Amino acid sequence: MLKVDNLQTYYGNIQALKGISFEINEGEIITVIGANGAGKTTTLMSISGIVPPRSGQIIFRDESLMGIEPDSIVSKGIIQVPEGRRIFPYLTVQENLDMGAFLRKDPEGIREDFEYIYSMFPILAERKNQQGGTLSGGEQQMLAISRAIMARPKLLLLDEPSLGLAPIIVQKIFEIIGKFNKESGTTILLVEQNANMALKVADRGYVMETGTIAMADTCENLMKSDEVRRAYLGI
Amino acid sequence: MSNVSTEIKPTSFLSFKELKKSLFTAVWFMILTLPIMVIKVNTIENTVEWHWNRMVFVGLLIFFGSWGWRYLLARREMGPRPRKAESERKRFNLTAILMERKQVRTPTIIILAVMVIVFPFISSMYQTNIMITALNYIILGLGLNIVIGLGGMLHLGYIAFYAVGAYSYALLNYHFGVSFWLALPIGAGLSAIFGILLAIPVLRLRGDYLAIVTLGFGEIVRIILENWNDFSFGPSGIANIPRPGLFGIDFSLPQVTTFIYFIMIGLVVFTIFLMIRLENSRLGRAWVAMREDEVASRAMGIDIRKNKLTAFSLGAVWAGMAGVVFASKTTFINPASFTIWESVMVLSIVVLGGMGSIIGIIIAALIMILLPEYLRAFSEFRMLLFGFLLVAMMVFRPGGLVPAKRKVYTFPQEEAGNE
Repeated sequence: MLKVDNLQTYYGNIQALKGISFEINEGEIITVIGANGAGKTTTLMSISGIVPPRSGQIIFRDESLMGIEPDSIVSKGIIQVPEGRRIFPYLTVQENLDMGAFLRKDPEGIREDFEYIYSMFPILAERKNQQGGTLSGGEQQMLAISRAIMARPKLLLLDEPSLGLAPIIVQKIFEIIGKFNKESGTTILLVEQNANMALKVADRGYVMETGTIAMADTCENLMKSDEVRRAYLGI
Repeated sequence: MSNVSTEIKPTSFLSFKELKKSLFTAVWFMILTLPIMVIKVNTIENTVEWHWNRMVFVGLLIFFGSWGWRYLLARREMGPRPRKAESERKRFNLTAILMERKQVRTPTIIILAVMVIVFPFISSMYQTNIMITALNYIILGLGLNIVIGLGGMLHLGYIAFYAVGAYSYALLNYHFGVSFWLALPIGAGLSAIFGILLAIPVLRLRGDYLAIVTLGFGEIVRIILENWNDFSFGPSGIANIPRPGLFGIDFSLPQVTTFIYFIMIGLVVFTIFLMIRLENSRLGRAWVAMREDEVASRAMGIDIRKNKLTAFSLGAVWAGMAGVVFASKTTFINPASFTIWESVMVLSIVVLGGMGSIIGIIIAALIMILLPEYLRAFSEFRMLLFGFLLVAMMVFRPGGLVPAKRKVYTFPQEEAGNE
């Protein structure tokens, strides 16, 4: 579905991605784990076009995404949940979700998705007329994911959904990610610091180190690997 | 906060401690203002006059002023009292009630419309004239509201587009004899083009940087107009700009003033109508999302570049139209009418009224333009009052006079379910 080949991205003169290549198949959950500054977020930003890559190739369903504006990438079905949630703080929960459906033009489908989301996150239904900024961290993360779901993504890019959340909420968020993937068959690219949780929910994983991909394997094998256990799982 | 609220009671403000505080402030101010208020040197007779009575005035003013100020602040800290909260909410929602209840709304609109129509026939030409100015500023405020209130971009050079509108009518008329009615859309269009010209270089800027570039843009336009004599006749300006006509009818001066008044009313109604439509449109929602979070709105598929360009150019359109009317009303324009001070004025109207709030901006424009006219007697203290008003506003009503209220979206299905 998505094929990334020798991708190189720079921030000014600093090279953040030193030629990474990977592949995502339809319906998979792929996780990218690694330490701070390894280039995980940059990878997502490059795919969604917010930080345009300098060289390499990104192919999404036989179409190149190189040099395409972020909004047209979104219209192709690649939706990003940015790091740190980034909901619209002064818009209500409902309006936030509505913004997720900005590019859609099917009122019926949008209404169905509202119901789907409110059944998946009853707390959001309770607070739908409350301003986004007044929600708790966990609720905001749920809102951010829901907002992305409202866009009916073909590929969902999740950037550290566990950031700054209590362990019990993190667990809940990951359960929902897994559930959404199974129910809708949406492909998910998950970037995480919390390697333990990420490897449990995902099918395959990539380990990044300073702008390169150090390891690629199925999650089961990665969890067994001594190197990953020592460096990222702390076992 | 809650235990503070139980401690501070309005009655405790009569205590010795509070009075001492105000007394101290008053004495301090009396000493501070001694050189400028009390001592007056008569340079002709070489004598020094002492105005002690002024010192007493300053003392009394500051004493009660500071006491009242702290009292109001403390009351604000306390928040609305539980029982009073209900009635206060009702009063606060007056505008909402006026707008939402049909049996109240229709008569209100009719009364307002009648007042607006009758106004120029029962008041003097002077009154009509300052009302035209106020209406002009309403349009400017609503136009700037697109950029600041909806788009969230601080724009300090807005008056440049006003100048573009005014000069396009003046010059087109001078060279080609273009009439007012033709100049109105042309001025608006030219302003929109200038808006895009400004927006292209500032696409990547936000916040303070954007404010500085727009400030510079405003000054550039004014300085060009001032110095390019062959084009704009420099500081001496352009005179004898014709007033708007109607099928070649000859109007007397009071008649034409009334006519301009109605043109302005028409433009204001048109503007308000479009603003309401715009606010709830797809474009309006995209602007609001962009104001809240640029990265998130890009991730939702909003084209930030297009959004900023449309915000700047649409905002400029209103300034251009207001500029054309301004030129036709005063019949004389020169660059002195388009200084940074005018930009600040429009910005103040938007902030004072409440960013994004149409009613608020209308009220603020009326206050800001009409109040100084009626306070001509205190003209020396106008700026002082102005400053005080802004400070008090920011402390007591930080959201503006009538804070913007976002429309709540509901689906017909849900409404049926609730009933």
